[in-house]
Amino acid sequence: MATMNHASQSGLGGKLPGLVKTLAGAVAGATMAFSAALHAAPATSEVNTTDLAVTDDTVTVGILHSVTGTMAISETGSVQAEKLAIEQINAQGGVLGRQIEYIQEDGASDWPTFAEKSRKLLLNDKVATVFGCWTSASRKAVLPVFEQYNGMLYYPTFYEGLEQSPNVIYTGQEATQQILAGIDWVVEEKGAKSFYLLGSDYIWPRTSNKIARKHIDKLGLKVSGEEYYPLGHTQFNSVINKIKLKKPDVIFASVVGGSNVAFYKQLKAAGIDMTDEKPLVLTISVTEDEILGIGGENIDGAYASMKYFQSLTNQNNQEFVKAFKERWGDDIVIGDVTQAAYLGPWLWKAAVEKAGSFDVDKVREASPGIELTTAPEGYVKIHPNHHLWSKTRIGRAKTDGQYEIVYETDELIEPDPFPEGYQ
Amino acid sequence: MSYDGLRSLLPKNDLLGFAVLALLLVVVLPLSLDIFRLNLVGKYLTYAFVALGLVLCWGYGGILSLGQGVFFGLGGYAMAMFLKLEASSPENTAIQSTPGIPDFMDWNQITELPWFWEPFNSLIFTVLAIVIIPSIFAYIIGVAMFKRRVGGVYFAIITQAVAAILTILIIGQQGYTGGVNGITDLRTLKGWDIRTDEAKYAFYFLCVFMLFVCLFIAQYVRKSKLGRLLVAMREMEDRVRFSGYDVSNFKIFVFCLGSAFAAIGGAMFTLQVGFMSPTFVGIVPSIEMVIFCAVGGRLSILGAVYGTLVVNWAKTTFSESFPELWLFAMGALFIAVVMAFPNGLAGLYNKYAAHHVEKLLGKKKGQSPDAKATVGTQGVAHERQ
Repeated sequence: MATMNHASQSGLGGKLPGLVKTLAGAVAGATMAFSAALHAAPATSEVNTTDLAVTDDTVTVGILHSVTGTMAISETGSVQAEKLAIEQINAQGGVLGRQIEYIQEDGASDWPTFAEKSRKLLLNDKVATVFGCWTSASRKAVLPVFEQYNGMLYYPTFYEGLEQSPNVIYTGQEATQQILAGIDWVVEEKGAKSFYLLGSDYIWPRTSNKIARKHIDKLGLKVSGEEYYPLGHTQFNSVINKIKLKKPDVIFASVVGGSNVAFYKQLKAAGIDMTDEKPLVLTISVTEDEILGIGGENIDGAYASMKYFQSLTNQNNQEFVKAFKERWGDDIVIGDVTQAAYLGPWLWKAAVEKAGSFDVDKVREASPGIELTTAPEGYVKIHPNHHLWSKTRIGRAKTDGQYEIVYETDELIEPDPFPEGYQ
Repeated sequence: MSYDGLRSLLPKNDLLGFAVLALLLVVVLPLSLDIFRLNLVGKYLTYAFVALGLVLCWGYGGILSLGQGVFFGLGGYAMAMFLKLEASSPENTAIQSTPGIPDFMDWNQITELPWFWEPFNSLIFTVLAIVIIPSIFAYIIGVAMFKRRVGGVYFAIITQAVAAILTILIIGQQGYTGGVNGITDLRTLKGWDIRTDEAKYAFYFLCVFMLFVCLFIAQYVRKSKLGRLLVAMREMEDRVRFSGYDVSNFKIFVFCLGSAFAAIGGAMFTLQVGFMSPTFVGIVPSIEMVIFCAVGGRLSILGAVYGTLVVNWAKTTFSESFPELWLFAMGALFIAVVMAFPNGLAGLYNKYAAHHVEKLLGKKKGQSPDAKATVGTQGVAHERQ
């Protein structure tokens, strides 16, 4: 059997190439003419040499967030932002003449599920790119999968840095972009001399506080305490007593998720009025989304250091907020991460169009230097290290759950995921 | 083992069940699924080790443990520690402040490898540790509980507490354990890349092989005097005690055995999925594993495997089709199982299908009396043809 097969193959082999060439030429020509007539789009064989899910008029991407489980409350905003961006891009004619279709998977707030679903998206669905993940743990879980199958992930959350994967574009800020300018501002504007560092116990708050502590040391100022509490912790009375005893000028808070509700309520109940700014509260973890849970009256007067607030008044943001509310309802609020998630599809579109291809390698090559002048946060640009140049802004929480912007850096801040002297 | 010994260990019906399962896992699934789906089945099978242990502990011994995730986790972490050390060679980690230690230690300002990580440089130690450490841990819990005649609901609650404590410990000591993220980015086993398709096939078959080893051990326990004693203890513990048996020793033994099974499953999980995290140690996964066992039928060792496969397959399918509603579908499935067939899949089989199969088998017996002499897949595959 084997020999016969071999013989027949080599027998045909002589005639095949010519035939195949003619056929392929004819097919390619026809496709080109066909798609040119329809969309003026380049042929699929040109824009997709790596067997991705791209047809003559569609391209399939993946959305991978938790829509069930404890993280759903945070990640839902990102899903909404990504879907909105995709719909807007489609309304403008899509990417390279192709409409974007998405396959949504649920990470279920469970890191191994994220890994399983990302493998499914890349291997089975052959998606051109994935917008997704939220927590560092979920990103760490999918990272080996993306590197193995050479996928591209647009990751929206502000995070701890210390990472730079060729297979991830980080559309949120890394730690130095969020922290350094924030601390400088409270020192210069508010005359802060001592800091109390407080966070949830995992990698992001720990790294953030490490960077904050080094920076405070450099400025010659004092850290009067540093404490961590498990995720989901709700008893902050003992630390609040310590804070009252040590009287720091600033509480630097990176408490995440549901713990925030308990923390701010107990802070208020303990008689610390944040509007007095004694001590002043500076958080890097409370966006408009979290305030929904905390309640505006409980956090009134606290400062947050972010790159985006819903209350930004530029033209881009006004249009974005309007479109977002039209699509997802008037009651909705938009936090920092939601905006960063919205950037993902737009940055990908720009990179694909610059590369003239959906191939991940070419998109990666085209990504550094991609600019977005229509970003709600203003102007952003992709750095060769796959993070975004962006501004740091300080907002002051108001009782209506929005932030009043009190400061923004003049210049875009260069992303520096491996900051020298802060390790 | 002699032919008679085998006959008594694997009577006709059980033999058929084993053979069908072997046929399914070794031939049908690998031929019909692509590597992604097969890898998923491999992952599901690692939970089957736990469910199998639960059949012995809970179904036979009447000891309901709601903390089997602890042992699954210990086995998985032992394997992950070995793989992480291999992935953290000084060349791979040159970017860190302290090269040569796992990345999460470096993030947590730890500058040298903790002493309890050192032995995990050795593969032999790791393989032994996977079975022995969880067994010792189970032994300590077992002695502390059963010697004091703590059982039933109280035992279940204490195992839950142990699961909660271990989760908090792992998350809290993130410098030594990787915290919430777990131990990720595992690459090679003795220089062999575990992320390739070939490795995934190899681990799948290794996992199936280990599962059958455990199934045979479980079958042996079931058929032995020990198995009958376990059932007797479950039904009327005092009477067994008055007959002169030390009840607690049997309980400790079967609890340790179930824990060792779970730990092997955990290690296989790490190999196939490529990381380990505290999400498998806590109360929720531990209870999920009891559900797998209950769906399969808590008195059937093969049912445990099928139950695990069915529940996980449903979980994956539902969540792929309805990413926002799948949890409701899972809930409906569990309610349906408890309402409609409380003895699980195995109960369903015994009620409706078993006597048909027996009839069939009875006829076959006359035609090919020698076929049963060979035990295993081939023998029965032949007989079925």
